[in-house]
Amino acid sequence: MSVAPAEVEREEAGLDAVPDTPWVTIVWNDPINLMSYVTYVFQRVFGYARPKAEKLMLDVHHRGKAVVSNGTREAMEKDAEILHGYGLWATVSHDR
Amino acid sequence: MSGAPAGGAPDEEEATGAFRRSRGRVSARFTAAQAVILRNLVSQVAELMGTAADPGAADPGAADPAAAGSPAGQGRAGPGEPGLSLEELAAAIGATGPTSPPEDPVLARLLPDAYREDPEAAGEFRRYTEQGLRSGKVAAAQTVLDTLPAGGGRVRLGPEDAQAWLRSLNDVRLAIGTVLGITEDYEDEMEAASWADPRSAYLEVYHWLGYVQDSLVRALW
Repeated sequence: MSVAPAEVEREEAGLDAVPDTPWVTIVWNDPINLMSYVTYVFQRVFGYARPKAEKLMLDVHHRGKAVVSNGTREAMEKDAEILHGYGLWATVSHDR
Repeated sequence: MSGAPAGGAPDEEEATGAFRRSRGRVSARFTAAQAVILRNLVSQVAELMGTAADPGAADPGAADPAAAGSPAGQGRAGPGEPGLSLEELAAAIGATGPTSPPEDPVLARLLPDAYREDPEAAGEFRRYTEQGLRSGKVAAAQTVLDTLPAGGGRVRLGPEDAQAWLRSLNDVRLAIGTVLGITEDYEDEMEAASWADPRSAYLEVYHWLGYVQDSLVRALW
């Protein structure tokens, strides 16, 4: 799958300095969650600005899924757990 | 995903079930009928999610009317306190949680697998997180029951209670939407469904819940 904009920006900004952290959290599209709500959750959980959160939401909506965060496996499991609390369909993956 | 559901009355009069922001809080007015429906659905999700609910959850009439009528979070214990104890409970018993996904599609949607192609990793994740997830959903439902007067009226929410409402409304929509087999074209189906269709009343409620939730998101933005 394609790399989400958030991930690109994080890498470009040098925030993802640890080399061996190829784990990602993926959010999958579903027909029930509201677009406004999903955007809001991305802002709240990840602290993304609204335009970035909206772009991610649209990636989920149009492509069926999007990488919403990356880091260690433990951090991704924590993200998935939080997103499950908000009712988003999130999975952890070792995909590139 | 689904766009913003249209609904409610034109803007000059406040539509029931539409949240607005004022002075650091969000508030909405609910009719008695809307309160009954919402409390009923929220209670069902709480029951589905576990047995850890406050006894008030099972009996809407048992909710403290003083707490329901007062500014959220002030007429009762702070929202962090009951949530904390639920989390501690979850942490204490999480190690013995289930490792396989629920067969019921509603439960499976509310408690999804965190690994798509690795059942063992999904099971391990579930073992350590499912009870906490259930407890969080029960606590959110309890907040709605504590703040929504059983006879309808105005709901005023501080930041933490508003988050609980958002999550609880979403859980209810996930539950109903899964039972209904909602697709992204459901609004067309709703228009096409005849009144004789047993799904039509539930579709209307589902649509209304989306309207309420969307108004809450926009009030919080």
